[in-house]
Amino acid sequence: MAKNFKDYDHMRDAFVDAVTDLADKDERIVMLDADLSVCINSGCFQEKYPDRFFNVGISEADMVGVASGLSSTGLIPFAHTFACFASRRAFDQFFLSANYAKQNVKLVGSDPGITSQMNGGTHMPFEDIGLMKMVPGLVIFEPSDSVSCYKLTQKAAEHQGSTYMRVRRKGTTVLYSDDQEFELGKGNVLNDGDDITIIAAGMVMVTAALDAAEMLKKEGISAAVIDMHTIKPLDEELVLKYAKKTNAIVTCEDAQRANGLGSSVSDYLSENRPTLVRRMGINDEFGEVGTLDYLQKRFKMTAEDVVINVKETLALKNK
Amino acid sequence: MLTDKDVLALEKKAVQIRTLTINEIANLGAGHIGGAMSVVDLLTILYHKWLNVDPKDPKKEDRDRLVVSKGHSGPAVYATLADKGYFPVEWLDTLNQGGTNLPSHCDMNKTPGVDFTTGSLGQGSSAAVGIALGNRLKKVDAYTYLVLGDGESQEGQVWEAAMTGAHFKLGKLIAFTDCNKQQLDSYTAEIMDLGELDKKWDSFGWHVQRIDGHDFKALDAAIEKAQAETEKPSMIVLDTIKSKGYFPGEGQQANHSMAISKEQAADAIKRLEGQVK
Repeated sequence: MAKNFKDYDHMRDAFVDAVTDLADKDERIVMLDADLSVCINSGCFQEKYPDRFFNVGISEADMVGVASGLSSTGLIPFAHTFACFASRRAFDQFFLSANYAKQNVKLVGSDPGITSQMNGGTHMPFEDIGLMKMVPGLVIFEPSDSVSCYKLTQKAAEHQGSTYMRVRRKGTTVLYSDDQEFELGKGNVLNDGDDITIIAAGMVMVTAALDAAEMLKKEGISAAVIDMHTIKPLDEELVLKYAKKTNAIVTCEDAQRANGLGSSVSDYLSENRPTLVRRMGINDEFGEVGTLDYLQKRFKMTAEDVVINVKETLALKNK
Repeated sequence: MLTDKDVLALEKKAVQIRTLTINEIANLGAGHIGGAMSVVDLLTILYHKWLNVDPKDPKKEDRDRLVVSKGHSGPAVYATLADKGYFPVEWLDTLNQGGTNLPSHCDMNKTPGVDFTTGSLGQGSSAAVGIALGNRLKKVDAYTYLVLGDGESQEGQVWEAAMTGAHFKLGKLIAFTDCNKQQLDSYTAEIMDLGELDKKWDSFGWHVQRIDGHDFKALDAAIEKAQAETEKPSMIVLDTIKSKGYFPGEGQQANHSMAISKEQAADAIKRLEGQVK
């Protein structure tokens, strides 16, 4: 049955629906949570597969360890908690029991970056990408809409090895057509352009990048926009292609600039084709409470901010 | 129930495994002798009486699995596995050397017969809970055994896993605490007192026994009782002696990891062999 991705009110619903559909076809799929199953709204999975859902209570480290044990018996566990806890709290367990032990744990962190909004600085993971990037061989996804969330969840299940996916919990959008194909490690060009390339990840920044490209177009600036839904491994081929094509890049992420997507892009280019790269993201700060609108302005993550960064980068390029 | 003849056979086997362990570490010059030697009797009775395993098919699906969460006991685990025929005994000479299949801490991807990778203390507890849950879901009729250290039980994750194991009523999960009363820095009572471990596990909803961890008859009876308990996971607290059987280490405060010369090893083994007639 064809999916109507426009029916999802929230990105979490696309994620849970994808896991439930996977479980219909594969009895190895199980789900775990650490007392945030209401927040990710996984009730439909729990009702359909009560024996395949394990709520371990408020113990994220234990959840990741239990998921690793389940994996060692051949099962495919999707384990969810907020991204702050998935990364900071359970990092050693995910590093060792899941990844060093070569297990197949699909860790999902919701409320990434500023989307944790009213939960504030304590719950605002800006550092999860940087931490997770340091785990050898780990695949890191960040979907930007309901279609990519659903399909990247499928990709996570197909991949033999652990994955980390940061999933927006509340709110969603549809940027892709229903039949859009996704490939692990291959970014999608959402908007082609010649003057500069904007490489973004996640709904907040991909949406801002697309809006910025529209605004720039009116001023005669042609900006390509790439949705880098797989943060690791980086799509080096696509980065190189657009570095050659536009000779200037702005990266956008809802996370620390340090060791983020932008760092991966500039690390790669500095060794292979030195190119001007402006990295947008959180600049060595903690989060705070606020609405998404407030936080986007506070941390300079709006479409207008992207436009400013693009123009400054173009000015440097043309110097 | 074990006969006296059975006990003698197990004691002889334990001496063989202790001998291999001492030589393994002496060959390298130093290693985690204390916590390795204290679990040898447990490993001996598990591999020679209770575990449903096949050294020729270490990954067989319905095997009993053993998670040695105190991963630094690796040398004793390797000696036991080599003796059991999982891999050539000569491998023991490669402990901790570049390219070895026998790293300091247990690694399921390197050593045939190791069921889970451990080394960061506490983590094996959750992994064992996950294995027991997974086997139950898959209707695999097998036991999951877990070995914890008493010092390791200072890690919070152990108690998170304790709750999870009890909550999910994992009757086929049988854990042991190698309670040798010592940790790296000194005695547990001095560093971070664990209090009454058996009462703690009981209050977490586990079936608990406390026995002499070097008494084969007691070990055998306790495992039998633990298997008879089908509703709760089981904890068997083993009162043990750190460095048991490597005499220069017994009763020493600094016996977590020790330098061992080949001469010291030979002396210790001679004395060890003299204990079993």
